[in-house]
Amino acid sequence: MSAAPDAAGLVRQHLIDPEVCIRCNTCQEMCPIGAIEHDSRNYVVKFDVCNWCNDCISPCPTGAIDHYRNVAPGRPYTLGEQFAWDALPAPGEPAIAQATDVPEDVARITQVATQGQGGHASPPWSAAHPYVNLYTPERPATATVAGNFRLTAEDASADIRHIVLDFGQAAFPVLEGQSIGILAPGEDDAGRPHHLRLYSIASPRNGERPGYNNLSLTVKRVTEDHDGRPVTGVCSNYLCDLKKGDKVRVAGPYGTTFLMPNHPGSSILMVCTGTGSAPMRAMTERRRRRMALEEGGELMLFFGARAPGELPYFGPLMKLPKELIDINFAFSRVAGEPKRWVQDRIRERGADVARLLNDANTYVYLCGLKGMERGVDEAFRDVCRGHALDWDALLPRLRAEGRYHVETY
Amino acid sequence: MSINYSERIPNNVDLASNKSLQRALEHWQPAYLDWWNEMGPEKSQTAEVYLRTAVSVEAKGWAHFDYVKMPDYRWGIFLTPQDPQRTISFGAHKGAPVWQEVPGEYRSTLRRIIVTQGDTEPASVEQQRHLGLTCPSLYDMRNLFQVNVEEGRHLWAMVYLLHAHFGRDGREEGEALLARRSGDADNPRILTAFNEKTPDWLSFFMFTFITDRDGKYQLAALAESAFDPLSRTCRFMLTEEAHHLFVGESGIARIIQRTCELMAQHKTDDPAKIRALGAIDLPTLQKYLNFHFSVTSDLYGSEISSNAASFFTNGLKGRFNETGIADDHQLHGSEYPVMDVVGDRIVARHAPALSTLNERLRDDWVADVANGVSRWNRVPEKHGIPFRFSLPHKGFHRRIGLFAEYHVSPDGLLMSESDWTRRHGDWLPSAEDRAFVHSLMGRVAEPGKFANWIAPPATGINKQPVDFEYVRFS
Repeated sequence: MSAAPDAAGLVRQHLIDPEVCIRCNTCQEMCPIGAIEHDSRNYVVKFDVCNWCNDCISPCPTGAIDHYRNVAPGRPYTLGEQFAWDALPAPGEPAIAQATDVPEDVARITQVATQGQGGHASPPWSAAHPYVNLYTPERPATATVAGNFRLTAEDASADIRHIVLDFGQAAFPVLEGQSIGILAPGEDDAGRPHHLRLYSIASPRNGERPGYNNLSLTVKRVTEDHDGRPVTGVCSNYLCDLKKGDKVRVAGPYGTTFLMPNHPGSSILMVCTGTGSAPMRAMTERRRRRMALEEGGELMLFFGARAPGELPYFGPLMKLPKELIDINFAFSRVAGEPKRWVQDRIRERGADVARLLNDANTYVYLCGLKGMERGVDEAFRDVCRGHALDWDALLPRLRAEGRYHVETY
Repeated sequence: MSINYSERIPNNVDLASNKSLQRALEHWQPAYLDWWNEMGPEKSQTAEVYLRTAVSVEAKGWAHFDYVKMPDYRWGIFLTPQDPQRTISFGAHKGAPVWQEVPGEYRSTLRRIIVTQGDTEPASVEQQRHLGLTCPSLYDMRNLFQVNVEEGRHLWAMVYLLHAHFGRDGREEGEALLARRSGDADNPRILTAFNEKTPDWLSFFMFTFITDRDGKYQLAALAESAFDPLSRTCRFMLTEEAHHLFVGESGIARIIQRTCELMAQHKTDDPAKIRALGAIDLPTLQKYLNFHFSVTSDLYGSEISSNAASFFTNGLKGRFNETGIADDHQLHGSEYPVMDVVGDRIVARHAPALSTLNERLRDDWVADVANGVSRWNRVPEKHGIPFRFSLPHKGFHRRIGLFAEYHVSPDGLLMSESDWTRRHGDWLPSAEDRAFVHSLMGRVAEPGKFANWIAPPATGINKQPVDFEYVRFS
């Protein structure tokens, strides 16, 4: 239940301040109608359940429970957004809620993945209109595995695979930069279905094979967590073990901002590591298929990996025509060579990077491990400093103009 | 049921209908007040304190705020309403109706459990009685006194159970609870951690964050008890306990905040410079965390315990969130990992789950403490300071259980006696550290003013402004 809209058409949403809350569970215990729940991070209020009885307010020992924001009706902060907060959004900051109600898992993952861009980003003005949420976890589409190939060398530390999914007669329209949700079969230890996992599409909008209703994913088999402890990633192992002909449950598509520009003359500056190359491959392939149209614009890619054998799509990338794309590899573990990171390559190419950043037709995309964000940001700052640009002033403008997009994990 | 304040002892247990019980408690009441006046907050008994008093146990009623002189605080007996359908949720009696009276065979064990829990309540009031004299603000002073009066009420809750269900033995235990003294050589409090000093506000905040959290987990385990009056008593105490945890968590967070502000402002991470600026350096805070964490860890007892097993099997004390756990609630044939020392290594081994219930409760508590510490870590993170707090290994600085006979470093390495002697000063507060912290303690009692070593809170109590006059002196 929600309150009636005010004169400005906004409604009040009851929120809990995660900076003040001590997670004592008092509010959840007090609530007579189950409107409060928690995960391992935060306590949150269900907008559509809270009936403003205020039974939770006075028992709260901290005052964290006593917070509100005015939001547009139908666009409250979702539970997924609230679970991801370290602090309440400033009053008046728009909900990042998507046009369509995406599942909480998706909102949460998206919120975390796009933190690095430092705020809400718009899509490029010439992006095509994306379809989102055509299939939900409750009513997924079924795709058939059309192929599953290992991309990394046999002796590489990572098993990264190129997996092609065919949707048969089901409509599943996608754009480069969008993601799909994979639903691994089975249940977790607590008997709940596994969380949905998001994977960026690695193929362009008209299919992995042009004219076919299929798409591809770039999936790394997860065998350890961020701290190097051994774990078995449920969904990635499920995907990597799929065989041709297997059926897969798919939700989505998702993503309304990390989309490529389509206007002639638009340039794309891409920085990625590992499987973060998936959306870059999709965009590059889109441009490659349209080369004959001579629409102009440049593609510049910075791609980091441990060694050439660890780099997905290394072979195909090497075959791309030089006039299509300017490729810059950074390898950190090649015997006998100094370690090089993407930020080193960006600095080396400072003049071209600065020229592109300063061009209103350039769109920047970062995708890969969270760890690269800071280094890349510093490299951009250095490049700007060396070329009479001010990164701190430029970045907000890039964001506002839909020219800066980050997805890191 | 609302609380009847017209009676001498406010209660929601219909005390008036049981005259002998009422008389017994009315006899204990003046002894309690004598204890409070002697051992309660020093030199603050005439101050008017903006306190929360429960006027009913329902959501709307139990946070009623007004100025009260502490000796006039309406200590009373409040139990969560009875659920007539409630059945025993674990152990050998699982599924049977809960007990409204103590079964004869468990009488002495239950009495011991209640006395041990009850003893911690006045103990902490005694440990904290000098702190009002060195409060960093009126806001903090008010929070201290709120904690104190509620610990007093928790004593009432346990004494009620003793009087109502344990006859003459119970009444004698009630008197003994007022006779023991924290830190007394001849008649100390029962548990070691409650005989330690709480000499300064840093220790107080650490204590409320860490040791009161042990209280939370013990109360939560007792709230599962088959003895229904104990369960209902602990349920309501838990709601009050939340405030104590808040005082500790936010208190330390504000100290970290202040230190980080100064570090950023003066562009230094040199502890000596931070100390010269009159704040507590982060490594010293880590040492206090190590100390309180390890001392409190001992309160859970031995990793392997046949007592804990029989408490569970007999339905006296459950696990944390017992009803929320998906298993048979009897632990037939199930196992739980505990640590062990083999040669020069610490290893994990599986032991029968029934015998490891102390360890399991400790692990639940450790996870809860770790979550709080990770919230503290957001403060330096926000200031761009690389320092992060972490919990020491469970075996670090232990006096009880498996690790009592070993020396373990904070990162979990076994150490020789000589290495420990050489290194422990790096990990635990030294006399010099304590003297430094003590030197910062001076009374700040002007509304809205805060000592230099602590940041003001984000919000006041009960929506009052931060500079509200939380304590008035006549």
